[in-house]
Amino acid sequence: MRTVITIIRRELLSYFTTPIAFVFLVVFLILAAAFSFYLGRFYERQIADLQPFFQFHPWLYLFLVPALSMRLWAEERHSGTLELLLTLPLTPWQAVLGKFIAAWLFLGLALLLTVPIWFTVNYLGEADNGRIISSYLGSWLLAGSLLAIGSCMSALSRNQVIAFVLTLVASFILMLTGLPMILNAFSGWLPQFWIDGIARLSLINHFDGFQRGVIAWYEMLYFILMILFWLYATVVVLNNRRSN
Amino acid sequence: MLEARSLYKSFGSIEAVKDLSFSLEKGTVLGFLGPNGAGKSTTMRMLTGFLTPTKGTALIQGFDVQIDALKARRCMGYLPEGAPLYLEMTVQQFLLFIARIRNIPRAELATRLGEALERLSLTDVAGQTIETLSKGYRRRVGIAQALIHDPAVLILDEPTDGLDPNQKRDVRQLIRNMADDKLIIVSTHILGEVSALCNRVMIIAGGELKADNSPVGLLQTSRYYQAVTLRADNPQSVATELSNLPEAAQVELKDHELTIFPRKGAKLLPLVTKLAEQQQWNVQSLRLEEGRLDDVFRRVTTEAAQ
Repeated sequence: MRTVITIIRRELLSYFTTPIAFVFLVVFLILAAAFSFYLGRFYERQIADLQPFFQFHPWLYLFLVPALSMRLWAEERHSGTLELLLTLPLTPWQAVLGKFIAAWLFLGLALLLTVPIWFTVNYLGEADNGRIISSYLGSWLLAGSLLAIGSCMSALSRNQVIAFVLTLVASFILMLTGLPMILNAFSGWLPQFWIDGIARLSLINHFDGFQRGVIAWYEMLYFILMILFWLYATVVVLNNRRSN
Repeated sequence: MLEARSLYKSFGSIEAVKDLSFSLEKGTVLGFLGPNGAGKSTTMRMLTGFLTPTKGTALIQGFDVQIDALKARRCMGYLPEGAPLYLEMTVQQFLLFIARIRNIPRAELATRLGEALERLSLTDVAGQTIETLSKGYRRRVGIAQALIHDPAVLILDEPTDGLDPNQKRDVRQLIRNMADDKLIIVSTHILGEVSALCNRVMIIAGGELKADNSPVGLLQTSRYYQAVTLRADNPQSVATELSNLPEAAQVELKDHELTIFPRKGAKLLPLVTKLAEQQQWNVQSLRLEEGRLDDVFRRVTTEAAQ
């Protein structure tokens, strides 16, 4: 555990000693605000809730999370520090977990900085704060899932641009598996049972529950399993790279 | 202390390391030599557990680097090729990070850090970002990182690369001072470094072990061993006289210097000095050769290519 914490500290330190943290947070806040005020018509709706704010989070994450995750392993591999890190007395799991948690905490911080908009709706009217809390939780879990996908894609390549694009594509597919457009591609040749399963994988569908104010344990479990699956895949990729 | 058991590594159809076995004890400073692409770094990566061997394994302090990886790595310090470092950190932040991962108790952190900085003369730049440091400093940060936990086994891939002559001397001195109670493996391109630093030398070429000897033993296999080199007026006539010596196998004239190679077991030096006096040659310099490493290196590694 101490090892994981040491990795987390190092990662966070490097976010904040480079322009990464500043640039990311500023862009995140500007885009989050722009989406909710212009596209979401936050004021014009005359409803004291944060739905216009949260409904665009998946799209915001689709581009911003890969930008954060692309460096996780690709940069270490490119600069050679991967060899340094993986010959220290730590398991690949500890390294993967440490790097992931650091990035996830960082995304949590980005979300925390949007709290003024929460105060604003409370000032403007009677807001459903329970629903807002569950939306925040869902949003953070969604971000974590995309981050875990990004971690795996970053381990696959030493090129950050490739890592970015792969993450974007994988995230996009996993977000939208619930849409008829994708499901139609499978219907006809896959049994209905499988198609239902694919539809249930959709990240957006699971986030919707949280936006309605429901924190269901199986929805949380879905996101946690999703994160663990992709982190495990990262470990497999890293181990595999060591024999090549 | 360290044992390689038939290490074999192939990348696709390329055999990078073929069946490498050796065993090393405490007090050894091993010089690992070979041309570029001979498999030096690949071997070191397998010894440190970074690369999984295709076949075979390595043991450090009795721990298998694949199975008991963490235990093996705890008693080992490693400077990877090119000394990769986290450039955005300061020297102090970086060394503290390594020390924490190495599980050095909190109470000892400050002393260990101070020692490591001192040993590699890094105290003045402790607060500087690694990115802003010169190549020589970076290399020393990489070495400091490898020995901060005082490991029993130290594996350094080209530790003096990029250092100026003074820094090279300092790092060699540092390695020699630590040598008594450690096992140190050093890979290098610099042949002179081997005689200055090592008590055992391995030359690998084409992924195979071509020579395993002490530096002195290796020099004795050189054709220059016990040869006599002299510089005198009228080298042509001197050469003719010398080639008449029954003990001389061959005489070579190169850059105004004559080198006389002995027949096996013959002692040439007294004979040559005697002849020089008799013939009253005007000799500017005269020396007995100890053998030349570059000659051994070339012979051993080009044999492999054929």
